Amino acid sequence: MTAFTLNGKPVTAKAAADTPLLWVIRDELKLTGTKYGCGIAQCGACTVHIDGKAVRACVTPLGSVKDSQVVTIEGLSPNSSHPLQKAWIAEEVPQCGYCQSGQIMKAAELLKSTPKPSREQIVSHMNGNICRCGTYHRIIAAIQRASKEA
Amino acid sequence: MDRREFFKVSGGLSFAFAFPGAVEANTEKTLNAWVKIAPDGTVTIYSTGAEMGQGSMTSLPLILADEMDADWSKVKIEWAPADPTIYGYTFQNAKAMAIVGSRAVMLYYNDLRIAGAQVRKVLLSNAGEKWGVNPSSLRTEPGFVVDGAGKKMSYGEIASFAKVPSPLPAVEKGELKDKSQFRYIGKPMPRRDTPLKVNGSAKYAIDVDLPGMVYATARHTPVHGGTPESWNEAKVKSMRGVIGTVRLPDGVAVLADSLPHALAARQALEVKWNRGAAEGFDSEKNLSQDYVKVHADPGAKTQTLDSKGDAKSAFGSAAKTYKAEYFSDYGYHAQMEPLNAVARFSSSGDRVEVWEGTQDPGSSRAAVAKAVGLAPEQVTIHQCYMGGGFGRRTLGDYAAEAARISKEAKRPVKLVWTREEDLGYGMFRPQAFQCLQSALDKDGKVSGWTHCVVGDGGVLLQTGIRIPYYQVPNQHIESRGVSHGIRLKHWRGVGHVFNVYAIESFVDEMAAAERMDPLQFRFERMNISQRARACFEKVAQMSDWKAPRPQGRALGVSISERSGSLGAGVAEISLDRASGKITVHKAWLAVDGGLIVQPEMARANVESGILYGLSSVLHERVTMKDGVVQQTNFHDYHVLRMSDLPEVMEVAFVERDAPPSGLGEIGNPWVAAEVANAFYKLTGKRLYHMPFTPARVQQVLKT
Repeated sequence: MTAFTLNGKPVTAKAAADTPLLWVIRDELKLTGTKYGCGIAQCGACTVHIDGKAVRACVTPLGSVKDSQVVTIEGLSPNSSHPLQKAWIAEEVPQCGYCQSGQIMKAAELLKSTPKPSREQIVSHMNGNICRCGTYHRIIAAIQRASKEA
Repeated sequence: MDRREFFKVSGGLSFAFAFPGAVEANTEKTLNAWVKIAPDGTVTIYSTGAEMGQGSMTSLPLILADEMDADWSKVKIEWAPADPTIYGYTFQNAKAMAIVGSRAVMLYYNDLRIAGAQVRKVLLSNAGEKWGVNPSSLRTEPGFVVDGAGKKMSYGEIASFAKVPSPLPAVEKGELKDKSQFRYIGKPMPRRDTPLKVNGSAKYAIDVDLPGMVYATARHTPVHGGTPESWNEAKVKSMRGVIGTVRLPDGVAVLADSLPHALAARQALEVKWNRGAAEGFDSEKNLSQDYVKVHADPGAKTQTLDSKGDAKSAFGSAAKTYKAEYFSDYGYHAQMEPLNAVARFSSSGDRVEVWEGTQDPGSSRAAVAKAVGLAPEQVTIHQCYMGGGFGRRTLGDYAAEAARISKEAKRPVKLVWTREEDLGYGMFRPQAFQCLQSALDKDGKVSGWTHCVVGDGGVLLQTGIRIPYYQVPNQHIESRGVSHGIRLKHWRGVGHVFNVYAIESFVDEMAAAERMDPLQFRFERMNISQRARACFEKVAQMSDWKAPRPQGRALGVSISERSGSLGAGVAEISLDRASGKITVHKAWLAVDGGLIVQPEMARANVESGILYGLSSVLHERVTMKDGVVQQTNFHDYHVLRMSDLPEVMEVAFVERDAPPSGLGEIGNPWVAAEVANAFYKLTGKRLYHMPFTPARVQQVLKT
């Protein structure tokens, strides 16, 4: 049993402590916005926030988040009102959409520490998140838009 | 409501429509196979646009909505049932729902307009009857029928009393809207799936959760074509949460109470394999030696793909000839969502439901039925969003696998392939060797053209090899097949990727040898088509082709054709000579795609193609040793990341009065040649082997 806070609510997960957080969030706690892409922290589709830091849930053991604040895409805002979510819609970023939860969570970490990032800062921060549809330029535009409107 | 369904073919489109015994209030009225209207005005339109990112889920119903004058804000989109006899387009005399070859809009365009016009006709005639006037005196506005005095009746109101005639009224082509009357076609409309894809609520098959569901993953034969002999079942079965194992024709599935438990069991699985067709295959050695030998062998079996004039005599009387050879490696789809499906049998076992993201619900239904011994009518496919497709998801192979496992497990099963499985047991874009030769007559015009492609995969090898944009009078184009037992598949344009690379690199090589500007050479020496010339002229203008570039930068140009569209592109590159890394700084593409139904979705789709192409050109290669795929995941199968993104990427559509043609695969095939051609301009050296990885570029620089 591991207790932690998920999107602001206390939860207790039954899975073994060595279970990757990704599967606990998706299958046990039924929040499926966080995606499986590679399982080895190479693509970023499973990015969530743990105590404010963007982390790859596929290689994070459940036991390590005991008493932590975990936030997934579902908890980023109650109604898609986060400036990044609004900017993602305005720039029509998603295509297949599968990587976008991870992209948005990774970008949200950037804007928290660097509210007005340069293009270079965006690229270096986001480079670990793969988008196979190639929406990278729209992701950059959306982050820039959100940074202006936030 | 008890509905009897009838089918009728009209204007190339089948309709199913319903006869309610008595019309109940507040129920939807089915207008034809595609459209239901509720009394509150909600219009439900079935979409056959399998959604893998390209936007067809929105753009197909939008075509119908425009023609029926629906109010788009009241349109609800639902996935069409997996029944190609009703919802298929007609292609090569067969009905299919496959969303492939970037043909969704192109092939559904007329059918959906006719279906929309038919609904509008039924609404008009019902309103006319109600008002006691001739329907021809009425017109429509979005969601309403309007009479000459401006009196309105909503579609919802009409639906509550409408009689749907049998047969449905025929629609003549002349009754369709004129382009100038379009309300939605040609205007940028927001995609319906976007809001769901920024908050995690879009449902992919991998997100499906059923009561009592258990989890499966699989290990497939590492050598393609192999079969499982035996495995350490007792050990695997003793592991935490494991329910059991299931024999598959080509592998072993493990079943557990959770996915992590299944994944751990897969790790522990030790399988003894029977030899497969690809046993011992060495892809690099085979390509560089055996493919070349097949090309040199005068007795090799050859398939002629195109033949015009007399190529032999053109070469015989040539003033000059050119020849070049090209190699290209296997490519992997790497769609972001690893393959998966969910299956559930009815308690009586005579029906199965499958949740899957599929490019082809019809073939999925057939594959599932075959795998579990049912008829296609006993299979229900629930379409889901796809985390990418790119040609991989048209067979329903993983859906059939999930159904097979569910049948044995006697419970609902979610099957998820690991990324390692998705890659190692992938179906690839074939590797290829190509030889091109040309003959120039005394005026320097290209009078003869031969192109031979050697490889596995039949038609997969052959797409994009014809050159309708260059009307060279004497041509001979052929393919020579080899076979290795490696699983092969369509891959965003597939043959186009390597064939266009070779064609357009070769044209550039001739231009350089003739000391001509590559555009001028194409215009003056290649008998270029007017459409192709217009694309080149447009992209020359977009890229300011003649303007000098900064030190260390150079431009390359190329063209490709796909599903009726043409795209001419220019890119500006630089090279880090120490590392061999090529950087594409700017890319411009002029596309002739006929009528553009959704300009913004079209642009996004083409941009996606450009980056998919760039990824394959700079990074992507699959190799096999001893019959086993050497790459396993994204750490050794590299794909494009944000740092590779060109600073400038511009797509423009060349205006032409023609029906829509394909756009999903016009963005990528041109990229290889334009990078190789720009590389030549920078270095004086040619890149003859794709992809142009840093290691390979370094080797070329040393020669």
